[in-house]
Amino acid sequence: MQWMIDKERPICPQINEQIAARIALGEFLPGERLSSVRDVAVAAGVNPNTVQKAFESLEAEGLIYSVRGSGWFVADAADKAQKKLQDLAEAKTLKLFQSLKTLGYTPQQVLVLAAAVAQAGNTKEEA
Amino acid sequence: MSELLRCEDLTKRYGNLVALDHVNFTLESGKLIGLLGPNGSGKTTLIKLINGLLTPDEGRILIDGMEPGVGTKKIVAYLPDNHFLNNYMKVRDIVAYFCDFYEDFRPELALQMMSHLGISENVALKTLSKGNKEKVSLILTMSRNARLYVLDEPIAGVDPATRDYIISTIINNYNPEASVLISTHLISDIESVLDDALFIQSGHITLHKSVDAIRSENGKSVDELFREVFRW
Repeated sequence: MQWMIDKERPICPQINEQIAARIALGEFLPGERLSSVRDVAVAAGVNPNTVQKAFESLEAEGLIYSVRGSGWFVADAADKAQKKLQDLAEAKTLKLFQSLKTLGYTPQQVLVLAAAVAQAGNTKEEA
Repeated sequence: MSELLRCEDLTKRYGNLVALDHVNFTLESGKLIGLLGPNGSGKTTLIKLINGLLTPDEGRILIDGMEPGVGTKKIVAYLPDNHFLNNYMKVRDIVAYFCDFYEDFRPELALQMMSHLGISENVALKTLSKGNKEKVSLILTMSRNARLYVLDEPIAGVDPATRDYIISTIINNYNPEASVLISTHLISDIESVLDDALFIQSGHITLHKSVDAIRSENGKSVDELFREVFRW
């Protein structure tokens, strides 16, 4: 799978969020085995300790579970993952509003802008 | 995670120049640590002290409880910053040579990595390019099953694709008992694999932190922080 790592943010939560998103979207199904810590570390180009921490945080959230000796598996918790994704998206949206507010945009103007950008993105993809 | 390396009041002078000034820090096992600092900050001096090539003027270094010597050379794999292999030797012979030197050397692993990077075991070292020689040296160092790997500028001379391969080699080789200390200027290439960053400036350790802590506290990458801290 593809990983998007932003070097300006801590890496551990990024791995956590990207796995949670795939569980929420049903790309990872309950009971499915995840790639090993080492394989994820190599694929994402990050430190194995960081991946281990990300997996442990996902376990604490109840999204995955570990089986001693055979690795990490997706838990039956798509609803939890969807809730988490929703919260994340809300937080990011809030940040967007706040950062545009500093440029003098009202929430309404941001919505209009967002719609226009999404429209432009669509026509680009169609072309 | 246990303590693997400890420096206590470590000081090294070259005449009037103080290269390291009462340096104190410890490194744990199971970590990838970046030793980051501008030219002439004392990186190579520190590394040479760890490997017993220099002796401290004050203070001491303990590696797994031992001062640098025969005992520590068995558990420390060192990649120097200059070319150290005999040019007339063939790759195959050097692998055999390392087998004789180090009990923990894994020849199959070395040969497998060389063939993966397209380096034939039948060629003499002198026919290889600078970058390919560096690859051979690094492969030999990483093919030991050591407790501490000390890499002095391992990725400076190789192309970006090989750099990625080397970084994945380091990750693949990772074991929770061992640590890797990497000195480099090419921070943006390796920062995503590091656990900790050790900033060194004019012989002082100015920062020793986990890289995720650096990112969350400063909101910037280690590379950006470095450029800010060491701005002229």
